[in-house]
Amino acid sequence: MLSGIYSLLSAGLFVTLDAVDVAFTEAAVGGGISTVLLLGTLALTGEDSKPRRERWRIALPVVLITGGALIYGTLDMPRYGDPNAPIHQHVVPRYIQDSGQETGLPNIVTSVLASYRGYDTMGEVTVIFTAGIGVMVLLGAATRRRRRPAPAEPEPLEPETIEPETAGPELTPELAPELAKEDRA
Amino acid sequence: MKRHLVLRVIAKLLIPPILLFALYVQFHGDFGPGGGFQAGVIFGAGFILYALIYGVENAQRVAPPDLVRVLVSLGVLIFAGVGVWDLVLGGNYLDYNVMAEDPVTGQHIGIILVELGVGITVAAVMMTIFFAFAGRER
Repeated sequence: MLSGIYSLLSAGLFVTLDAVDVAFTEAAVGGGISTVLLLGTLALTGEDSKPRRERWRIALPVVLITGGALIYGTLDMPRYGDPNAPIHQHVVPRYIQDSGQETGLPNIVTSVLASYRGYDTMGEVTVIFTAGIGVMVLLGAATRRRRRPAPAEPEPLEPETIEPETAGPELTPELAPELAKEDRA
Repeated sequence: MKRHLVLRVIAKLLIPPILLFALYVQFHGDFGPGGGFQAGVIFGAGFILYALIYGVENAQRVAPPDLVRVLVSLGVLIFAGVGVWDLVLGGNYLDYNVMAEDPVTGQHIGIILVELGVGITVAAVMMTIFFAFAGRER
């Protein structure tokens, strides 16, 4: 719930920074979908976490040192809005001046994303694709639907269909050819 | 959710504008803010809202899991296919200039197709992930 509110607030922050595209994404993904997914996960799992105390002695210094190093790193960064910052010197002037003529699009963000950095965007789409496939394989959306073809009865879900202990090694080899088979059909 | 009359009515009112807005963001992304990723997420969020209020079974009747799974790969295929098409037309991979007589028109066609691929994949993946989570109810 807090993360949903945080995402909505940062979406507003992005709008004031004139990054409307990022604000869109943040509001829809952070405020909407990931909150729903988190709540769904909470509904599936228990409320209590397993108490584990021994590790904090190592974890606390590691977190503090990492955080300190990151803050130290920000001291070297150019000031916010500095026109002489390195990022504004390299290819940005060309994008701002020429992308209108070269792509015919007034939205520079779109022309950079889709055209100049097309490879990057394709990589991102592949990452999303892989994430979807990973969720399907891990949560067994494909196998369970196949074993229970009639969706008329939603509740009687045999618990032995999913066994978290053995799911990884057992499911994957048998799942791959079946997925391929279904795609062909 | 059968008894939540207010939620049902408001969701019924909201879902068509959400989907329409997603399409607007998708196809107007070249001129205004937005693009394939944003449009896909908004489209997926509309479906997720429907599934939350009216149940996953009803949502899957609208968007069958088989179809959604095909769409997941179709988007990536469109994106990569545009690149291959550019290769066939004699340009570099993802070099849209060769897709029409005029380089600017070519860029336009390429960007619209690529954004369409992004949008399809993102929307389908969002729906798939949500269905995978929501379908595991005990």
